[in-house]
Amino acid sequence: MNVLARSVSDSGVVAHRNLLHVVRTPGSMVAGVIQPVMFVLLLAFVFGGSLGGAQYREFLIGGIFAQTLLFNSSFTAVGLANDLQQGIVDRYRSLPMSRIAVILGRTLSDLATSSLSLLVTAACGLAIGWRVTTGASEVLLGVALLLFFAFATSWIGVFIALTARSVEVAQSLGLVWLFPVAFVSGAFVSIEGMPAPLRVVAEWNPVTAVASAARELFGNAPPPGLAQPTGWPAENAVLYAVLSSAVVIAVFAPLALRRYVLISAR
Amino acid sequence: MRPGPDHEGSDVGDDHVIDVEGLTKSFGGHRALRGIDLAVPRGHVLGLLGPNGAGKTTTVRVLTTLLRPDGGRVRVAGHDVVADPGAVRRSIGLSGQYAAVDEKLTGFENLRMVGRLYGMNRAQAAERARELLRRFRLWDVADQRSGAYSGGMRRRLDLAGALVARPEVVVLDEPTTGLDPRGRLDTWEIVSTLVEDGTTVLLTTQYLEEADQLSDTIVVIDRGTVIARGSADALKEHMGGARMDFVLADAADLESAAGIVADHGNGRPETDPGARRLSVGTSEGQEALTGALAALRRGGVPVVEVALRRPTLDEVFLELTGRDEPASLVGGHR
Repeated sequence: MNVLARSVSDSGVVAHRNLLHVVRTPGSMVAGVIQPVMFVLLLAFVFGGSLGGAQYREFLIGGIFAQTLLFNSSFTAVGLANDLQQGIVDRYRSLPMSRIAVILGRTLSDLATSSLSLLVTAACGLAIGWRVTTGASEVLLGVALLLFFAFATSWIGVFIALTARSVEVAQSLGLVWLFPVAFVSGAFVSIEGMPAPLRVVAEWNPVTAVASAARELFGNAPPPGLAQPTGWPAENAVLYAVLSSAVVIAVFAPLALRRYVLISAR
Repeated sequence: MRPGPDHEGSDVGDDHVIDVEGLTKSFGGHRALRGIDLAVPRGHVLGLLGPNGAGKTTTVRVLTTLLRPDGGRVRVAGHDVVADPGAVRRSIGLSGQYAAVDEKLTGFENLRMVGRLYGMNRAQAAERARELLRRFRLWDVADQRSGAYSGGMRRRLDLAGALVARPEVVVLDEPTTGLDPRGRLDTWEIVSTLVEDGTTVLLTTQYLEEADQLSDTIVVIDRGTVIARGSADALKEHMGGARMDFVLADAADLESAAGIVADHGNGRPETDPGARRLSVGTSEGQEALTGALAALRRGGVPVVEVALRRPTLDEVFLELTGRDEPASLVGGHR
């Protein structure tokens, strides 16, 4: 079997094992399901009233998609750190399997978790008045884009797990960066109101692009009072969302793989 | 000593399936391994004996490519662990003291997964998993999650995992630690069957008795160095057979008693004033004990407690590490 076929096959075996874990540990999915529900309710009804009411709620869901999938990267960090701590990764490392399969299998199986979060978010959205107004091809492209973004952020989670090595550290490191990245963005508010330096960060934040791209592809207009950003990332939200996700993978996949190989040099 | 049909295809040039020379490894400032040499011929069982922290697990982790050595040469089944770790992994099966059994998976799923990751196709992996479950008396619980297994069953599953690919070399890291006596006997039996198949085995243990039961050769390590090696018999003889303990009525008698007992044991007895105890090795056992007791009575030293026992591992280590030169015990009769 050639190297590529072997990597794919081994990744599949690892992903299958991870999914069996998810199915057999029902508690592990609770956070993935509750988190989007919580954020939808919080933002729609606590903040949403002063931000534009019903129209804001429709606008909001694109942001929740981006934020939820970003937050799911912490599940990757904790899941992999758990395998490291319990000796499962050592077991893998003593086997003549593909090196990348241990982490590729993890990011692939976490894509299943992310798909579930996506469904839950969409269901919550439909319940509070969010609607899809575009055609099937746009919706499909939107879902694919969101999952690609989820896959990309998962690699950051892998890198964090391999750096932290203990579940406790992975848990806190895996969460702490998510808040600024999720909130210094146009996911929930207009970035025009931010001070200049923050506005630049928010403009180029991939979360902004993913949220805008989702709104564009699902056909959700912003409320009239909410000034929309201008500039290249905003005008090419779909393209920029895909590109920035690809860059995240291109940066973090080699970093993670390097960390993984270096475990033996400890 | 036969290679067996499944062991073809590896290019072992010499007789030693495990060949370690001058292995060193440090963690920060701590020198965990300070130059370990091991040579295990095909089909032999090497028992790596040592107390906690001696470097047993570090040695195992280097041999199984989990840890990169700092210095020295380590070859397993003819492959260098640094230059060609992939080939080493194809030749070995590892069973760890931590029993890396996936608790959420059933016994069958555990073994099938390992088989798949050794490169077997679905059918081969499933077939091999079923074969091993039968052989390891896990057939009845094959479809139960291994998290619900007893300690002994879990250890058998872990051992079975090491054998999935019919490896040339099996490495067992403290295979019986934490097992009850029944589980220990089970494990010993499995290791014996491996030997019959011609597999080369390296096992680590803290138990002298276990190393004795299972190994062709024992290597004793302490603080990262080999302090003794040889056949089980040679090692035991060298360790002075048995120990005699005497607890005196009065600690003041210790000095004179030690002088008397010294004539009946091997060398000067060790004394422990707090426990009013003196202890000495003997190769004559019962005779030495009755001789020493009679002499103590003649010398007017009241004795309140007497014991004739096998040396503890601590005493063996004390004896071995107390020497200027590492003991050389080569020349066993197997």
